[in-house]
Amino acid sequence: MGSVNQNTSRTKQTSQLLLGVIFRTKEVTVTLITIGVGLSFYLIEHVFFSAVNINVLLTYTPELGIPALGVTVLMIAGEFDLSVGSVFALTPLIIVALMDIGVNVWASIFLSLVFASLIGFTHGVITVKAKIPSFITTLGGLFVWGGLALIITGGLPRYFYMPQALIGAIGTQITLFVNSQLLWFVGLTFILFFVLEKSKYGNWIYATGGNKEAAISRGINTDRVKIVSFMLSSLLSGFGGLIEAARTAQALPTSGQSLPFDTIAAAVIGGTSLFGGAGTVIGTFVAEFLTRFIQNGLVIIGVQSFYFQVYLGIVIVIAVIANEYVRRRGRELRK
Amino acid sequence: MSESQPLVQMKGICKWFGKVTALDGVDFSVYPSEVVGLVGDNGAGKSTLVKILAGVYPPDRGKIIIEGKEVIFKSPRDAMNRGIEVIYQDLRLAPLLSVTRNMFLGREIERGIGLLKILDMKRMKEEASRALEWVGLSFDVKNPIENLSGGERQAVAIARAMYFRPKLLLLDEPTNNLSVKETKRVLEYVQKSKEQGVSSVFITHNIEVAHMISDRIVLLAHGRNAGTFMKDETTASILAQKLTYET
Repeated sequence: MGSVNQNTSRTKQTSQLLLGVIFRTKEVTVTLITIGVGLSFYLIEHVFFSAVNINVLLTYTPELGIPALGVTVLMIAGEFDLSVGSVFALTPLIIVALMDIGVNVWASIFLSLVFASLIGFTHGVITVKAKIPSFITTLGGLFVWGGLALIITGGLPRYFYMPQALIGAIGTQITLFVNSQLLWFVGLTFILFFVLEKSKYGNWIYATGGNKEAAISRGINTDRVKIVSFMLSSLLSGFGGLIEAARTAQALPTSGQSLPFDTIAAAVIGGTSLFGGAGTVIGTFVAEFLTRFIQNGLVIIGVQSFYFQVYLGIVIVIAVIANEYVRRRGRELRK
Repeated sequence: MSESQPLVQMKGICKWFGKVTALDGVDFSVYPSEVVGLVGDNGAGKSTLVKILAGVYPPDRGKIIIEGKEVIFKSPRDAMNRGIEVIYQDLRLAPLLSVTRNMFLGREIERGIGLLKILDMKRMKEEASRALEWVGLSFDVKNPIENLSGGERQAVAIARAMYFRPKLLLLDEPTNNLSVKETKRVLEYVQKSKEQGVSSVFITHNIEVAHMISDRIVLLAHGRNAGTFMKDETTASILAQKLTYET
């Protein structure tokens, strides 16, 4: 009798421990939902998990996911960036414009990314110095940089022929399932994860978004933390735009238009708080694939692609509810 | 006590916010191992005085002298480097971050070299646990602050301040939102740090509490000094009268 009790209590302990691990892993909700959605599509239409289709997903997810990584860091620091789509479109067009006036291609690429960072710098300085919500600053940015993209091109697409070395570095299939842009996506996710979780800068970013006054009183320059995060967001948006343009050999002044909300959606589905102070780039990484699963899966199973938005909207709400539930359970188990 | 050199001297401190005079020539000093009660009504200038001493903002006029040397604080970091730790009323803890991460916020312990420096979480956890022992608490320092009770949070804030071996603790209304039992504990912490040679400034509008814990009580009213009283030479009711009369 005693040993039975002991056994059950041990089993209970083990299951408690397991539950603890599950509920403390911040990315658990989004991972489960992604697997669930993927399997559902697969059961309806086996083609969804065919090598060809997976390869397609792995090819175009990175360019949309990389900007979401920057947005995630910025949201953890407590700010938004609605201008990501405009910077995404503008950056390759800056390269085209610079090359038009005879600037060397590599110098143009470099300058365009510097310019993208400066856009973020501008958003950051205006937000912290004028003390206005970044929602407004970057909404302004959305129109200004998007407008500039239209002005440069007269609203028309431009060819985007890049040297083979660049294409090789950011837009080439290496083997099945592996392409260079995916390596960037994975690498950047890993680096940012490392910075957020393992470096003091990460601690400052979380504290800045979680309780700005606390961070200031411990001597942290929260203005600088925010400005650098804005720069990261713009730089990665520009880089995403560069990858898309290089991959498709064209630069569209209107590309990336759904990015502002797609990136916030990915961050939130992945467990990042809208209020700042909490979030993970791994969650965003997984959520980005979830978004693309839904988009691609609906086409595969023959549903009109207009349904994408409806499903994405439902998934956002479910994911946030699930994230909140998991967070609370994790708290209870820890205490 | 008055023969020794003061730990902190503030002389003729003035501070204006636009047209509002917050402080008008206030003198204030703290001696080593002394607990000073800083008492005054709302708007008397207590918090402003403390924020100046904490490096939050500079005085418009007046001097701050620490251990005989005039200092100018450009930021809270400068004050911390001089051994001044503040415990704010709202505690300044990030709710979603762990006790450890809060404790070492801005003063993280790292290991590694150059660009590859990473947080030494193992050491910080050990040190954080040790810091918690000082306040008589023992729980998993991986807990986020939001998991703790009000009293526990207060204790974490005090443990954090004490960990960095300050010379002076500034406590801004530390017992405001606490139960009677929790208040008693805070007073014990102040007493204990005094025994370890750390001075405290205890800001409160609760005269009873101020009289109980302080060696000396400084009254402020309308941004000016309104009297200084040694604990043994006065009672809480005399202080209360004085404060009512002044304001």
